[in-house]
Amino acid sequence: MRRLPANFLLGAVLVSLVVGVAALSLIWTPHDPQTMSISTKFAPPSAEHWLGTDQLGRDVVAQLMAAARNSMTVALVAVLLGGSIGVALGLLASALGGWVEDGVMRLADLGFAFPALLFAIMLAAVFGPSLTNAVLAISFINIPIFARVTRASANQIWTRDYVAAARAAGRGRFAISRDHILPNIAAAIIVQATIEFAVAILAEAALSYLGLGAQPPASSWGRMLSEAQTLMYLAPQLAIYPGLCIVVAVLGFGLLGDGLRDITDPRLARAR
Amino acid sequence: MAYFLFRRTLGFVLTLLAVSVVVFAVMNVLPGDPALTILGMDASEDALAALREQLGLNAPLVTRYVSWVWNALQGDFGISHSFRVPVSELISERLPMTISLAVAGMLVTLVLALSLGITAAAQHGRAGDWGVMFLSQLGIAVPAFWLSILLVMLFAVKLRWLPPGGFAGWDDPVAALRSLILPTVALALVQSAVLARVTRSSALEVMRQDFVRTARASGLSHRRILWRHVLPNALVPIVTIVGMQFAALVTGTIVIENVFYLPGLGRLIFQSIANRDLPTVQALVMLFAAIVVTANFVVDLLYVVIDPRLKARA
Amino acid sequence: MIELSNLSVHFGHAAALRDANLVIERGDRLGVVGESGSGKTLLALCLMGMAPDSARLTGQLSIDGQDMARAAERDWQRLRSRWVAMVFQEPMAALNPLRRVGDTVIEPMLLHDGLTRRAARDRALSLFEEVGIPDPDRRLRQFPHEMSGGQRQRVLIALALACNPMLLIADEPTTALDANVALRITDLLQRLAREREMALVFISHDLAAVARATEDIVVMYAGDMVERGRTAAVLGAPVHPYTKGLLGARPDVGVAGRNADGKRRRLPTIPGSVPPLQGLPEGCRFAGRCPVELPQCATQRPAFTQTEVARGAACHLLTEARHD
Ligand SMILES: Nc1ncnc2c1ncn2[C@@H]1O[C@H](COP(=O)(O)OP(=O)(O)OP(=O)(O)O)[C@@H](O)[C@H]1O
Ligand code: SF4
Ligand SMILES: [Mg+2]
Repeated sequence: MRRLPANFLLGAVLVSLVVGVAALSLIWTPHDPQTMSISTKFAPPSAEHWLGTDQLGRDVVAQLMAAARNSMTVALVAVLLGGSIGVALGLLASALGGWVEDGVMRLADLGFAFPALLFAIMLAAVFGPSLTNAVLAISFINIPIFARVTRASANQIWTRDYVAAARAAGRGRFAISRDHILPNIAAAIIVQATIEFAVAILAEAALSYLGLGAQPPASSWGRMLSEAQTLMYLAPQLAIYPGLCIVVAVLGFGLLGDGLRDITDPRLARAR
Repeated sequence: MAYFLFRRTLGFVLTLLAVSVVVFAVMNVLPGDPALTILGMDASEDALAALREQLGLNAPLVTRYVSWVWNALQGDFGISHSFRVPVSELISERLPMTISLAVAGMLVTLVLALSLGITAAAQHGRAGDWGVMFLSQLGIAVPAFWLSILLVMLFAVKLRWLPPGGFAGWDDPVAALRSLILPTVALALVQSAVLARVTRSSALEVMRQDFVRTARASGLSHRRILWRHVLPNALVPIVTIVGMQFAALVTGTIVIENVFYLPGLGRLIFQSIANRDLPTVQALVMLFAAIVVTANFVVDLLYVVIDPRLKARA
Repeated sequence: MIELSNLSVHFGHAAALRDANLVIERGDRLGVVGESGSGKTLLALCLMGMAPDSARLTGQLSIDGQDMARAAERDWQRLRSRWVAMVFQEPMAALNPLRRVGDTVIEPMLLHDGLTRRAARDRALSLFEEVGIPDPDRRLRQFPHEMSGGQRQRVLIALALACNPMLLIADEPTTALDANVALRITDLLQRLAREREMALVFISHDLAAVARATEDIVVMYAGDMVERGRTAAVLGAPVHPYTKGLLGARPDVGVAGRNADGKRRRLPTIPGSVPPLQGLPEGCRFAGRCPVELPQCATQRPAFTQTEVARGAACHLLTEARHD
């Protein structure tokens, strides 16, 4: 058994930590994250409030935990939604080739002209800012990314002998895509999904910070930071914790993705 | 060569057109009635009708699209609904701010990323390499706006060396530059994290090539080989990433302007969203997307400048 | 001028070069032959101070009286170009693709000889003429991809000559080139060495080319120098079984080293191939493949035996013959 790469191990530890905390928040948080108590605002860390309280007396740990859950949910939905559309488009492009492939790839190019923030801005201008719009915007930018990765990997598999054999046996392009292509490119897609998960967490935080994502009273690391920014003379510590949480989560998924790629594609690992 | 230029330019123009269609569609078709979006549910029917008339909403969609593009090409983006001045005026007032920030950010990014990346490659497998790789891994995970807040807390709140935000204009150049330092650093640090990695791996790739051995055999120093021979050859992938990063940089300026309260286009976008000023948002989104597309177009052309082999093929 | 005594190179515990002894004087032309993996390139790299980082050098390597076996990279940088220069095998990738070849060639002149750009350009022009590049003025401004393989190899030779080195090493300079061009490059190297009174180390698989270009020869096998002498003498009357094997595989030495289909033939038609360094016998490294192996061969290392002036080989047969 080969030793697992260090980035994979560290990434796995960090991801388990974040996901574990997010899961735990479903059943337990030290306090209710939304309960305000003006009498205990800006409380320092104590046995009661491990990291103290914010300007409205809300427990910081409870908020961070609830925010972790929101962050994971947003990233999961965005990557699943954008990813599955992208993978479907990529498979389609690869299976049909010709003008369909060209068309899909041109569309993907077009998608790259819109960073998530621009898309979120348009949606917010039209529908008003909301977490749903943020999720849609992040999903949208995932489509071209997954479409490209899928098409590139799928095109390689289409040249394999067993695919040729399946075609000779009269199987249709879609059946082959489902039974032969998809299972063989799953690893590449999972690697990409892990990395995009990290990107999505970062995007959600930025959008929420800018007011285009999570709206009060929903907890979000990004929103906590934008509130903390106005209080940095009074309570600078409030601007530290949410940022650290973002870094841990993004770093975790990023390392995990790199590690997974090293494991599934040793050729690439050596080249780096 | 001419054919290459023609094809690339055609592709560029078509992409811009497609982008404008997307922007127009999202901003005009999705909302159903933009006038209602702008004025809100409780607007009177008269006010709505007046606004529709003013925005030209009564014309068919295609006509509206064509006239939007046609006018935009002549620098006319309509009238801002909230500021009640031409959008083009708003843009030209704030463009210098955004451009200064983007250019400064890009320059600092290039200097930082290239030197860190090349150093790491030269130190391949040793402490310096690990250090740079660790920092860049971290840098990729740090959100620019959080880094900004930390920088402000340290350099503005605690040490009081630099202003925490705002921009008083170029009348006092020293003050202006001082208020740009933190935003630039925040923008550049995060950007250079990605670029330093690309520079490193690209340089490592080049260092394996035969001509590096030739250079060494001619008695050139490591330093000279790295900067004069390896770096130029490593540039092609670096330039690709720089082009792609331009999108991130543009997004970055929008964020950073909002963190530091800088009166640029990024701030204008958010004011316009808050004011439901659809024509302004539409113009700005189009402008930003056009910048991203243009950056990628320029990168395509740059390849040819960097690599004489491509000139021959193109 | 350049002297190796008992120079060995180890990778871990394996010796890739064993007790190499060599003296190179101004004007010497030395051929180095041997199968793949026999350590020819490694020897050349040692002379350039460019052995891989993982290599451990022992013994002496003196250039101009200085021992360089364990010298720092900085000290080597001063010797390269002015004392030792090298032309590598693959001319396609050996030039910086983004630079005009003229800029590549003048770079060491500016650096080592402190020439002005103008003076360096003039020298480059005459070098290009010397190595037979027509229309040098225009060629100086070209990029590598605009030149043929033979032209590029000439550019590399010009680059190697940029600072008038005492020794030019050519490591299989013609393998990547087609037959006629290869022949002309070989002759060029030979002529340059004679006219400039420069030493030449010519590494090749092509015994015909070695016969044409050199006066002395060293035959290498698995890191050992197994036979040496005047080129004509060694190739004409080899004493070491390995050399005989090399030549036996090549009855057409001195004619044209080519198969019927016009492709150059590679040396190893001795049955088997060089075993990996770790799998070599303790005694004579050729033991196991040698057709006339003696009982002691596998365990006892044959000493290098001088048979005539400047002629000898490392093989038990030579000492056996004396005992008889
Ligand atoms: N970096 C290295 N690490 C370990 N072993 C090495 C290294 N470089 C060279 N060697 C070993 O040194 C020996 C000599 O290799 P060298 O390249 O000098 O052979 P050569 O005679 O030039 O062969 P060819 O004709 O194929 O060019 C080989 O056995 C090789 O395995
Ligand atoms: S020493 Fe023995 S094995 Fe080696 S070449 Fe001579 S005869 Fe052959
Ligand atoms: Mg070799």
